[in-house]
Amino acid sequence: MFLSKYISEVFGGVKSLLTGMRRTGYYFTHHKNIITQQYPNQKPVLAERFRGEVVMTHDENNEHACTGCTACELACPNGTIKIVTKFDITPEGKKKKAIDTFVYHLELCTMCNLCVDACPTGAITMSNSFEHSVFDRSELTKVLNKPGSKIREGVE
Amino acid sequence: MEFSLASIADSIDQWLNAHCASWLALTIEFVIVGVLCIGLFAVLGLVLIMMERKVSAYMQLRLGPNRVGPKGMFQTVADTLKLLVKEGLTPAGADKFLFNLAPFVVMIASMLVLAPIAFAKDFVIWDVNIGVLYVSAVSSIGVIGILMAGWASNNKYSLLGAMRSGAQIVSYELSAGLSILTIVIFSQDMSISSIINSQQDGWWIFKGHIPVIISFVIFIIAVTAETNRAPFDLAEAESELTAGFHTEYSGMKFALFFLAEYVNIFIVCAIGATLYLGGWMPLHIGNWEAFNHIMDYIPSSVWFLGKTFFLIFVIMWFRWTFPRLRIDQLLNLEWKYLLPISMFNLLLATLVAIQGWYF
Repeated sequence: MFLSKYISEVFGGVKSLLTGMRRTGYYFTHHKNIITQQYPNQKPVLAERFRGEVVMTHDENNEHACTGCTACELACPNGTIKIVTKFDITPEGKKKKAIDTFVYHLELCTMCNLCVDACPTGAITMSNSFEHSVFDRSELTKVLNKPGSKIREGVE
Repeated sequence: MEFSLASIADSIDQWLNAHCASWLALTIEFVIVGVLCIGLFAVLGLVLIMMERKVSAYMQLRLGPNRVGPKGMFQTVADTLKLLVKEGLTPAGADKFLFNLAPFVVMIASMLVLAPIAFAKDFVIWDVNIGVLYVSAVSSIGVIGILMAGWASNNKYSLLGAMRSGAQIVSYELSAGLSILTIVIFSQDMSISSIINSQQDGWWIFKGHIPVIISFVIFIIAVTAETNRAPFDLAEAESELTAGFHTEYSGMKFALFFLAEYVNIFIVCAIGATLYLGGWMPLHIGNWEAFNHIMDYIPSSVWFLGKTFFLIFVIMWFRWTFPRLRIDQLLNLEWKYLLPISMFNLLLATLVAIQGWYF
């Protein structure tokens, strides 16, 4: 009884080891399974949800959806976003709050996505770009609204 | 004259003896052999580390080093250059003499085992008549260097690694020795050259069937443990002991440990190839004259290196497949499984040899 258990243990162990070796042997001989992406030569395939940096989406008329509500600025845990607002005069002669500059400090950003979640109008999103290295730190402070852009009609 | 390593060695010997006194010729030959050994070690280090990195990469669905030189072939050369110019630190609390001596002890132990290995037909440094005994005796000196390194480092991780290594090598030496004995029973001689000559009509792994195959498997497991390689790399155990006995070593002293590990793999695989796969002996099958004659056209050194590198590949295959054992599992495997099985196998081999049930 003891002996048969002992022998079956030995054979079971050898069998499980051989199963493992068959798998690695298969990978060794089948190079098409290799998952390495050779980055500088080959652009990596990134997931849709990958968080590279915060961008403000502009449409073809150079219009964005940012109302200047500063919800993102308040949501940001480490002061990455600074919004400077101004007052536009509408054709009816009323004053309307709008953004002057949307300052984004990439060097402070932890890509936590809280600003994107906080935005009520979906004006900002996370983009997939990740090659952020620059020669001077000041280049990391970005203005997200494009020059001459204005708020899209109908966004309140 | 036919081209072979043995004939080159002979002609150098004749030329030296013709041109200078015999004592001087002997001294020059010693120097040549020493330089060749060190050269072999350096080349083996570069080739085996490259091979290991490529094998591991392909087994883990990676590409491995591929930037330095064609297909990354000069990566290990670059690494060696880096290690050469690095500072060799000695910790303040270390026993300086032992700390600096240890890597050389490990290196010299693996150099000594090189002596009785036949690299090609009639091409061997020292054809001693107790070759197998010499190999198993001298190969255990290496553990002294490891214990020395662990003790002298004055570091708890190093000491733990060294102690584990000691327990491991002392245990596994037993089953390695017993599995070597199986071949000694069949070939009825302990000298490496006569063991190889006894395989003229077929390698022992084919001629000796069941007992030799069992002892071959045990030998491979035991030498994997003796060279401190995964899955038996408890002495280093990166995730538990940082780097075990060589935690405190850096620069060239670390490189010597690293090199000794790979040279040891080469040596144990060379011994395995010699005992079980016929060393430099080409693949001969019984009395098939035509087949044997074709096989003889491949040089004996190619046969030897081919078999050795095949076994090295198998050991690398183990390393990149199996998870590391715990220390109690390691000792259980040796004392409860390998040792009883190899003792029983020794009885079986004796029975087969006495009854003449082998080819």
